[in-house]
Amino acid sequence: MASRGINDRVAVVGMGCTRFGERWDSSTEDLILEAFAECIGSTPNIAKADIDAYWLGTLGSGQSGLTLSRALSTDDKPVTRVENYCATGSEAFRNACYGVAAGAYDVVMAMGVEKLKDSGFSGLMRADPPSDGTAPELSMTAPAAFSLLDPAYCAKHGVHPDEMRAAMTHVAWKNHDNGSRNPKAQFRSPVSRETIDNAVKVAGRLGVFDCSGVSDGAACALIVPAERALEYTDTPMYVKGLSLVAGSTRGAMDPEFDFTTFPEVVKAARDAYAQAGIDDPSAQLSLAEVHDCFTPTEIILMEDLGFSEAGNGWKDVLSGDFDADGRLPINPDGGLKSFGHPVGASGLRMLYEAWLQFRGDAGDRQLSDPHTALTHNLGGRPGGCVSFVSVVGRELG
Amino acid sequence: MTAPLIAYATYLPRHRLAGADIRLRRGDRVVASYDEDSTTMAVAAAARALDGHPPPTNVYFATSSPAYLDKTNATAIHAALGLPNASFATDLCGTGRSGFAAWRAAAATGGVALTADVRVGRPGSADERLGGDGAAALLFGDGPAIADVLATTSHTAEFLDRWRSPGSITGEQWEERFGAERYAALIRAAVDQILDETGLAEVDHVVVACPNGGIVKRVGTLVKALKSTRTSLIGYSGVADAGIALASVLDVAEPDETILVVSAFDGCDAVLLRTTTQLPLARQSTPVSLQRQQGMVVPHLTYLSWHGLVELEPPRRPEPDRPAAPPAARAEKWKFGFTGTRCRQCGFVHLPPARVCRRCGTTDEMDALPVAGLRGVIATHTVDHLAYSPSPPMLQAVVDVDGGGRCTIEVTDAEPERLRVGAKVGFTFRRLFTAGGVHDYFWKAHLLDTGSENDGKPRDQ
Repeated sequence: MASRGINDRVAVVGMGCTRFGERWDSSTEDLILEAFAECIGSTPNIAKADIDAYWLGTLGSGQSGLTLSRALSTDDKPVTRVENYCATGSEAFRNACYGVAAGAYDVVMAMGVEKLKDSGFSGLMRADPPSDGTAPELSMTAPAAFSLLDPAYCAKHGVHPDEMRAAMTHVAWKNHDNGSRNPKAQFRSPVSRETIDNAVKVAGRLGVFDCSGVSDGAACALIVPAERALEYTDTPMYVKGLSLVAGSTRGAMDPEFDFTTFPEVVKAARDAYAQAGIDDPSAQLSLAEVHDCFTPTEIILMEDLGFSEAGNGWKDVLSGDFDADGRLPINPDGGLKSFGHPVGASGLRMLYEAWLQFRGDAGDRQLSDPHTALTHNLGGRPGGCVSFVSVVGRELG
Repeated sequence: MTAPLIAYATYLPRHRLAGADIRLRRGDRVVASYDEDSTTMAVAAAARALDGHPPPTNVYFATSSPAYLDKTNATAIHAALGLPNASFATDLCGTGRSGFAAWRAAAATGGVALTADVRVGRPGSADERLGGDGAAALLFGDGPAIADVLATTSHTAEFLDRWRSPGSITGEQWEERFGAERYAALIRAAVDQILDETGLAEVDHVVVACPNGGIVKRVGTLVKALKSTRTSLIGYSGVADAGIALASVLDVAEPDETILVVSAFDGCDAVLLRTTTQLPLARQSTPVSLQRQQGMVVPHLTYLSWHGLVELEPPRRPEPDRPAAPPAARAEKWKFGFTGTRCRQCGFVHLPPARVCRRCGTTDEMDALPVAGLRGVIATHTVDHLAYSPSPPMLQAVVDVDGGGRCTIEVTDAEPERLRVGAKVGFTFRRLFTAGGVHDYFWKAHLLDTGSENDGKPRDQ
């Protein structure tokens, strides 16, 4: 991989995140202001005027940097709007980090926001260019695209559909259980396995509880050069590795692709681990926030990120390896599943959980002595996606 | 008529209305699916008839249920069949008689006559009960004849039997007995004339097509035949009526037999054919009678929603955008012809076509690869209850094409529980949806039967 590492070159010194959910009374602007206020309020030595540049991630809740500059009245500072499907928030963060690492700016902000609930429709809306009307992604919804993983995984690994169903249910149960301890989560009630199993089907065997929450929300981060981090906070979060892979979409056309892995995730993880000096992720990571857009996705991510052997992800999930008290807690904040998935905000929301955990601010879901975290954010669908992986840590070096 | 008949085929859609739902005492009613129209059914019939023959230079498409007005529908058929641009394709639209016009034109110039109709009746009507949807293709031209044209005749008369306002999908009929009397006289006159001209006293087979049910009921006494007298075995099928009835004779007739086709629409046209020794070698692969037997029942309410006769609650999803003209034109070979590309360097197949090879990265070294006639295997599948569809839920599969290539594609004419990894599929030209008055034509997969006597063949072939 061709990334030049970013290990310990930049640090996060402030973060904010709104409550996610059906925020009927809040506009995109309101959500941006809410996340911004928490972030700036927690960083006394940084005022708005000190921020040199902004990166705004949103899939469709506004266009151009003006969506942010208008909301915050940012005094003619540069604002770059980025979009990279569901990895949009991570992409805003990644580019903001590079702005600092390049030496161009001293203090920057990455903001992610999405206002999904104003459309009145279920799921995500797409804004596609005029087309010939033949592309499957024009009609096939995201849950359907990810539900393709289930029969393929069962067929390849000889997993009985009932066992796979149990593993998918465990992912949903775990993430709802975690989310019940998160005051900012969209869904804050534990959900029984029976309820998950019997839910109305959305696509394939995916019921509503196998799908991430459609929600409104915003999250942001202040990033500075690592060597200056302690000027702003006693508890900075250092960036150890950042990677992004945009797949060629070959899998969608290649009979050799078997719908039981995301090659883009495997490559992104390899790159980020190399930057961060991680060779045994299960042992070296304290927690991981992964893109659990649909329950089979999380099972396969356990394998692609190196937490489980190929074909064993479902077993490790069922064994509780990734529960809050398991060997590697996955999505302790509830994940996309129960925290909700306001697309542009989700990547930053994942980093927000690492930030809280490192500072000991995670309340009822606080893990014991967490020091290194992974966030994984994915956009697109099996066969062709963008995949982001970061590794962040509590300490330098 | 000059050129002989050299091939024929029919296409009957798979869906059936249960007799009990439409007060039909026996059997069921053949209905086109929501994603079928006269254009797509004509493509299916034509593909079967043209199989093994050089591309025809003339395509005559007749229907009384055209998908478009102002825009020629035969061009979509022409594109879906992958015919060369230097050929003629036209519509003959409006009435049942348009079908005979297509036959006459094709026989006169050589070419294929395609007749297809979707016959819709008001709920509870005789048209709903006694009609049928389908398509027939007759190929005339050079080549071994399966039947020679001995004579034709036509009589024309102005009277009101059936009519339909432009824009309405359901039609009207005057008191049936009035039209029956008129048609009986016209049929007698035409038959007498053609027998006189050819010096025949009687014929082996008679085929009668007529929109008047009174004629169909008494057809056996009206025109005598030595061996069989037939009407369309799916009920009145509009423009396709005569072709479907004729095909059912060609499915079984012996060499050197005479077939008198009587097509009575606002007059009476008759054509006398004599079969050749080539016919038994060139019958369609699945006879009409077998196509008629196979089917899957669609709930009446669902069927009514397909034609806008009731409106069902849709999924909470936005309606799709209409296909845009320039991208559709640029993608004609893919969208209509289902033709991908294969990399000359590494052989990787691209569905849809790509300029840069997804495997080896070579640019612009591709050969066209038509896949419409190929088969494939389901790699994985789903049932999408959330997707916008004219008839939810939408079935989708990732299909690996025999010989290379993969695409994600809708599956049609299938019960969701029949989807499985490893299932074999064929491809069929369909209308995905209509938005802004534009029909989104593209290809879908359909499951092939396995373990039956039709093993490996599409269920509806």
